[in-house]
Amino acid sequence: MSAPSLTPSKAASARHAQPPVDGPPQRGGAFARSLKRNLTAHGFLIGAVLCFAFFSWYPMVREFFLAFQKTDQGEVSWVGLENLETVFNDPAFWQAWRNTALFTVLALVFGFAVPFVVAIVINELRHGKGYLRLLVYLPVMLPPVASVLLFKYLYDPGYGLLNEVFGFFGLPEQQWLQDPDLSMLSVVIASTWMNMGGAALIYLAALQGIPGELYEAAELDGAGLLRKIWHVTIPQTRLILSLMLLMQIIATMQVFVEPFLLTGGAGPEGSTTTVVYLIYQYAFNFNNYGAAAALGLLLLVLLAGVSAAYVKLSRAEDE
Amino acid sequence: MSTRTLISPAQLARPRGKRLYWVVFGLVVALFTVVFLGPMYWMVSSGFKNTQEAVQTPPTLVPESFEPDNYSQAWNVMDLAGLLGNTLFYAFGALAFQLVFDVAAAYSLSKLRPVFGKAILGLMLATLMIPATVLVVPQYLTVLDVPIFERNLLNTPWAIWLPSVTNAFNIFLLKRFFDSIPRELLDAAAMDGASPMRTLRSIVLPISRPILGVVSIFAIVGVWKDFLWPMLTLPDPAKQTLNVGIYSLSTGVPVNVLIAALTMASLPTLIIFLIFQRNIMSGLTAGGLKG
Repeated sequence: MSAPSLTPSKAASARHAQPPVDGPPQRGGAFARSLKRNLTAHGFLIGAVLCFAFFSWYPMVREFFLAFQKTDQGEVSWVGLENLETVFNDPAFWQAWRNTALFTVLALVFGFAVPFVVAIVINELRHGKGYLRLLVYLPVMLPPVASVLLFKYLYDPGYGLLNEVFGFFGLPEQQWLQDPDLSMLSVVIASTWMNMGGAALIYLAALQGIPGELYEAAELDGAGLLRKIWHVTIPQTRLILSLMLLMQIIATMQVFVEPFLLTGGAGPEGSTTTVVYLIYQYAFNFNNYGAAAALGLLLLVLLAGVSAAYVKLSRAEDE
Repeated sequence: MSTRTLISPAQLARPRGKRLYWVVFGLVVALFTVVFLGPMYWMVSSGFKNTQEAVQTPPTLVPESFEPDNYSQAWNVMDLAGLLGNTLFYAFGALAFQLVFDVAAAYSLSKLRPVFGKAILGLMLATLMIPATVLVVPQYLTVLDVPIFERNLLNTPWAIWLPSVTNAFNIFLLKRFFDSIPRELLDAAAMDGASPMRTLRSIVLPISRPILGVVSIFAIVGVWKDFLWPMLTLPDPAKQTLNVGIYSLSTGVPVNVLIAALTMASLPTLIIFLIFQRNIMSGLTAGGLKG
């Protein structure tokens, strides 16, 4: 690959033993020097730290408070678990979790398997790799509103292209976004088209790192194509595959934009109401920040487990 | 490329293998082209249809009518110039803030090593573990009334710029790159009396151009693609981004005009991509996984 290298050399990164850069040799005691060095260093840090403090760390803390508070005409009071109760008693609660789980499972079937297969296919071809890579990644670069509204147009039961294609192959026309049984699948297909490029390219890079001898050895043992994939390709890319799996679970559990734009969020009979859409509704339609925060907290706790597994695995990869 | 893959070269070299390879190759190229370029072709071509043809059943694959006027109409009716200007303003502002603050922070954490540096980095990276959508509500409330300063940032570009600095992933990418810059280089500069700022400007930044390119593209594309955050923080139609503006006007215009607007909204990032393809793809695979 002729891509510019982003990690100049691994050897140069035996960094933990290095002392920090001192300015020019200075007069004064060790303490004064250390103080000056630290002041300079923190001076470089301050801009980012302030932004994090205001727009990341403080909101993180606030999320926890909000979940147990109620704001009534500017007056904040502690309400304990009342917000959680509200959330649990919402008839949309379980439906939202079911829909989110359905989206995640469908998105994994498509968004996880399809890019892997695509990467394997591209990797096997001896020509046109650049073109195919470009194609797969192209949709990722479109503004989501453009891709989603384009899909809405493609899905339209009247003048949409998709039913036309279905008709051409003798398949029955579908009410893609209007049929409660199909709406989530339609959202997933659009979402996969929009987002699979990144995963496919990461798999492709991983596939290129598999030593060819392993395939030769497998052939000597008489392995066919599928057995080579099963016994060489998958084990060799297992770590990346599991990392991507976790990352996708984290991303898809937070799905919002696609259903929001395709079906208006709730969808026919609430069939595309997701957890994050519910959070959005609490906060911005009903002005109930407490309930939004409580539901957010539930999502956070659920995803924290997945994130922890991710961090553990990616540490293992670094070693 | 000489690396060997699933299918052995010997198998491919046989006449039967060769023929099969070309058939598969043709099918794959055709399928990929239809699946990935098809919808885009549909978008561009439908943008040229007249109102009737755009909503007729069955749809036409090749436009029979030709109305380039849709594009100018979309441009005017949806005020695309204004939306585009806003989005550029937000995107490049966010880029500037990220380049200044995040690069300085990564440099400090990597080379200057202040006390508590590790803890600060840890806290920054910890934000990657929090689902972004969960934070949207408290972040929005913070923007409504920033503590200490008691300012409301709603409908101001600060609401986009300042939170964009909290990109722990970019800081991580930058720091990892800075970590790999040989220390002798920086020591030599320090010996010559260069201040840390001077070292950053004259030595670190010039070496770091590839990673700065990647981070810049991510920063711009990030703002360009964002939807929920700008929708919440920039409700004023005159201040909206391309994404939000098109969405909020999408139901009020004829389909063909809307599609023409989508085409134009897609062009800038597609052009960025075609120019910086290589940087984007290498950035993706180099840093894509190590959250």
